[in-house]
Amino acid sequence: MYDLIIFLILLLLGYVFGQRAEKRHFRSIIEREKQLRDILVFSERTVPDAGNAEGTLVCGSVVVSVDFFKNFVAGLRNLVGGRVSSYESLLERARREAVLRLKEEARRQGAQSVWNIRLETSSITRGSGDGIGAVEVLAYGTALKAR
Amino acid sequence: MIVTNIEAVPGKQIVKHLGLVSGNTVRSKHAGRDIMAGLKNIFGGELKGYTELLTESREEAVQRMIEQAKAVGANAVINVRFSTSSVAAGAAELFAYGTAVVVE
Repeated sequence: MYDLIIFLILLLLGYVFGQRAEKRHFRSIIEREKQLRDILVFSERTVPDAGNAEGTLVCGSVVVSVDFFKNFVAGLRNLVGGRVSSYESLLERARREAVLRLKEEARRQGAQSVWNIRLETSSITRGSGDGIGAVEVLAYGTALKAR
Repeated sequence: MIVTNIEAVPGKQIVKHLGLVSGNTVRSKHAGRDIMAGLKNIFGGELKGYTELLTESREEAVQRMIEQAKAVGANAVINVRFSTSSVAAGAAELFAYGTAVVVE
């Protein structure tokens, strides 16, 4: 009985705080994406016109944790199959955040564009046994700066 | 040392290829961070401690790769790739590799 009450409390906490954190995060992502729109990001491997530029590696990474509610919903979804939209939004905001951090790093370096951007996702806590669910998204690319 | 992840060094000619260089580091997180992460797992949100840890470790892997490149006499590393794998419970390996070259 107590277990059930604790479970419901955790579920409620996860839902309230998780949804709020997600909304806030999306707002801040949209805001910063507007500010960093002038830094162009390409996934092309070769720079067409690199005549007089200087390139450096830039990285951006973020680790985002699931909340209790998302975990529970995904567990239910596992029974019937289909889209797990609670994890989709988690990964989407992790990717956008990683690209934003990459752009911020590029701006600090004084670059105008980033080339050959690669995104890598890894589940860093898989196999740790204590059930911590978190994903890391890393974005990296070559920032070009006019000399 | 110029590090890029495209196949050339922008604005420069590659005169010599020196082969693959790599750098790795295996890091584990400490218990305090794990407890915080466990709490965050209820509420959701970014695990800042982990982000910092992984960023630091990745810088170290890149640094080791650069040292190896210097040792073979290169002045640039091109086509850099990263890879992350969890080797054991609670530990992650961060690996960076690329091609060491000499540019003029």
